[in-house]
Amino acid sequence: MADTPLAHQFDDVAQQREAAGLGMWTFLATEVLFFGGLFTVYTVYRVKDSAAFVEACHELYMWLGAINTVVLLTSSWTMALGVHAAQHGERRRAVSFLVRTAVLGLVFLLIKGTEYSLDIRERLVPGPGFRAEWTVDPTHAQLFFVLYFVMTGLHAVHMLAGIGVVSAMAFMVWKSRSSTHHANALEMAGLYWHFVDIVWIFLFPLLYLVA
Amino acid sequence: MTEHTASTRTYRNVAMTLFVLLAGTVIVAKLQLGTLAPVIALSIAAAKAVLVAMFFMHLYYGSRLTRVFAAAGLFWLLILLGLTLGDFLSRS
Repeated sequence: MADTPLAHQFDDVAQQREAAGLGMWTFLATEVLFFGGLFTVYTVYRVKDSAAFVEACHELYMWLGAINTVVLLTSSWTMALGVHAAQHGERRRAVSFLVRTAVLGLVFLLIKGTEYSLDIRERLVPGPGFRAEWTVDPTHAQLFFVLYFVMTGLHAVHMLAGIGVVSAMAFMVWKSRSSTHHANALEMAGLYWHFVDIVWIFLFPLLYLVA
Repeated sequence: MTEHTASTRTYRNVAMTLFVLLAGTVIVAKLQLGTLAPVIALSIAAAKAVLVAMFFMHLYYGSRLTRVFAAAGLFWLLILLGLTLGDFLSRS
């Protein structure tokens, strides 16, 4: 980390790194509560009206969700390797892993978009056009799909932001002389990416598997 | 300065464990275990989240203060979930 620039308010590079980490984890705590509200609504209605939620769960494409989980877990792996490479001064390797991470993020959104178009074709969007003949409780079945679209939609927005940040970091590391110059910022970008991965780790069983 | 981060080999092992856990959760869902299924599915999800947080997010190598900051988010989430469910489940 010899090439890491030190801001004047810090004693040393280690203190600077920890301060950045603490700030990022504080931001992630607000994100936990942002998604937490939706997870709480889901849990309340899952406990109260589980029959409709179990039925609705069967209407989703479980395999597309599972494949997307593989894609995201792999992207977290490549992100961790990208941060590791940058910290060890392997600039080209870092850029290569960051590009792979961003591409995997795009693959995730592509699969998610395909899934949305299938859901829309099968008239699973809540509202007047909702196809309800498969459920005994159309009201709560629609509530499930409201939560499905809002939670996966909000997650997808976070993915877009993550892809933007990772792409920008890839560009900055590629342009700079040394990869350790951006190692700190890259580690923070990694924390964000892994957090979005963890949100999906809980969304997948709650929406696709709790049948 | 010594760097307290994982080796690429650790990352590979964590990634492989995550894939095995994912396969496990899909297989358990296919077995249709009834009321036990959500408990198992969420336990596996929690295990995956802990692996990602500990190794990919470096909490395992982080300072005690960093871990407290990370735990704070979880703590507030538990208050949100716990008190809300306490209300809804105790209504007659």
